[in-house]
Amino acid sequence: MLAEKYPNEVKKIMAKYPPERKQSAVMPLLHLAQLEKGFVDRHDMREIADLCGITETDVAEIVGFYTLYHDKPEGKLRIQVCTDIACSLRGADQFLAQLCERLGIRPGETTPDGLVTVEAVTCLAACNKAPMFQVQGPHGISYHENMTVDKTIEFIEAARKEVKS
Amino acid sequence: MTYLLLRHRDIPDIGKLEVYRQHGGFEAFKKAVTTMKPQEVIDVVKASGLRGRGGAGFPTGVKWSFVPNTIWPHYVVANADESEPGTFKDREIMESNPFQFLEGVAIAAYAVQANTAYIYLRGEFWQIAAHLDQKIAEMEQAGLLGDKLFGTDYSLRIYTHLGAGAYICGEETALLESIEGKRGQPRIRPPFPAVYGLYGKPTVVNNVETLTNVPLIIEKGADWYKSLGTADSAGVKIFSLSGHVNKPGNYELPFGTTFRQLIYEYGGGVTDGRPVKAIMAAGASSAVIVADDKALDTPMDYASVKTLGADLGSASVIVINDSVSMDWVINKTIHFFKHESCGKCTPCRDGTYWMAHLIERIEQGEDVEANAKLLHTVARQMQGKCLCPLGEFSTMAVTTAIERFPQDFRG
Repeated sequence: MLAEKYPNEVKKIMAKYPPERKQSAVMPLLHLAQLEKGFVDRHDMREIADLCGITETDVAEIVGFYTLYHDKPEGKLRIQVCTDIACSLRGADQFLAQLCERLGIRPGETTPDGLVTVEAVTCLAACNKAPMFQVQGPHGISYHENMTVDKTIEFIEAARKEVKS
Repeated sequence: MTYLLLRHRDIPDIGKLEVYRQHGGFEAFKKAVTTMKPQEVIDVVKASGLRGRGGAGFPTGVKWSFVPNTIWPHYVVANADESEPGTFKDREIMESNPFQFLEGVAIAAYAVQANTAYIYLRGEFWQIAAHLDQKIAEMEQAGLLGDKLFGTDYSLRIYTHLGAGAYICGEETALLESIEGKRGQPRIRPPFPAVYGLYGKPTVVNNVETLTNVPLIIEKGADWYKSLGTADSAGVKIFSLSGHVNKPGNYELPFGTTFRQLIYEYGGGVTDGRPVKAIMAAGASSAVIVADDKALDTPMDYASVKTLGADLGSASVIVINDSVSMDWVINKTIHFFKHESCGKCTPCRDGTYWMAHLIERIEQGEDVEANAKLLHTVARQMQGKCLCPLGEFSTMAVTTAIERFPQDFRG
């Protein structure tokens, strides 16, 4: 349960909005709920619905609309490569293709060990530092800029070791 | 030159509260709260000629003056959704000069007598939100936020709110829906947020860069600010330069700097020394500018860029050299908008879907001229019919690329 696992965070989130506008907390609560396992399930959605005074369907609607929320498990780390116009002019498409080739997967797929999902995404506001990607994982979201395929593989290997230990 | 917005480039530690205060930080907020009436603050910002830096270029002080004093409470919302392909300026401000931005939020809140302000950040700015939360906590500890500020009756609290990956939430009414915990779909306007905004209350929504100008205007005055830039576009602007340039990045320059200066003097010239073929001055939402000598020598201000059949928007300048064919460019922009269309209005939802189908046919070399003509027609049909600017913007590059670069759409 979210309220038991992260009591302080939940309290802090609820305090941001007027008491009669608890629905506003739905997005931050979803971010919190999916932090550890990378997705939200129906139990999470039901609890968030109760906390916000809305229905489970209202919560599912939010999960479906916004691309950073996920309702099924994928890789522990989601590597999301920007392939929008500005990044592509600096080699993002080739970067994505070569990275996927090295990992033996196609964009949108997960490595067989369940560690990494690689996805192409739209602009991440880092156009001057392409090729770049963000990683969505247990520590939230982090940016990795001016990347090469070799550097990315190194990053993945380090993450693999961390998971094993 | 001295930086006014990207001040961390002159003063590397300006992101620390004590350093910011040593350089006059929060004096403008104190001056406003202790010596100026809210209306006086609005008047100064109005007189400065400051216009919204998020893309629309609407006069900031005028926007503030629309907030009615008959409906309460009021809110201020900072738009830190920065999602336009080619734009990465607000990020640098929030990362490296956060207090000047936060002081701008505080002054805007005082001007419209809001006691609560929200900063709406795109979900990807997870780390920046945590960074701002820490800065806000420091301000609270220093007595710069909270109750009875500077011994007056004025109180203010600022909160961050993270989005979750939706370009449409940069549109101000979609952004407000998103803070309310709903899908980010634009509202029908009017009523405008100044009257019916967050929770149905009067709300001012301003871009990060816009707000970061405000402390300087209060400190140094409207006349000083007006003396920078051009008659039409006062002040300085951060130009985000990307694409085929040797030195992409943010460049803080006066309005009126030419495209040629930006690309060659500041940006170090074009990748591989090739000629510039096209410029997109407002990111993926741009009409495509043919980069001839006339265009390159055009000053970048709101009025001059209009003479090229384009808009300056948020000044996210994407440079495209002659190795690229324009069908590839619009393939990228169309798929972006198709992905980001919120689905509320039919012209945008279905229009972007059909544009994507047609550009895919063109990319496969299928009856290129006929499909380009049809694509142009579909884009034209969408124009003027969409609920919000996203749908309109999705057509800009399409129609102008086909009209201005017909050689790239022949089989």
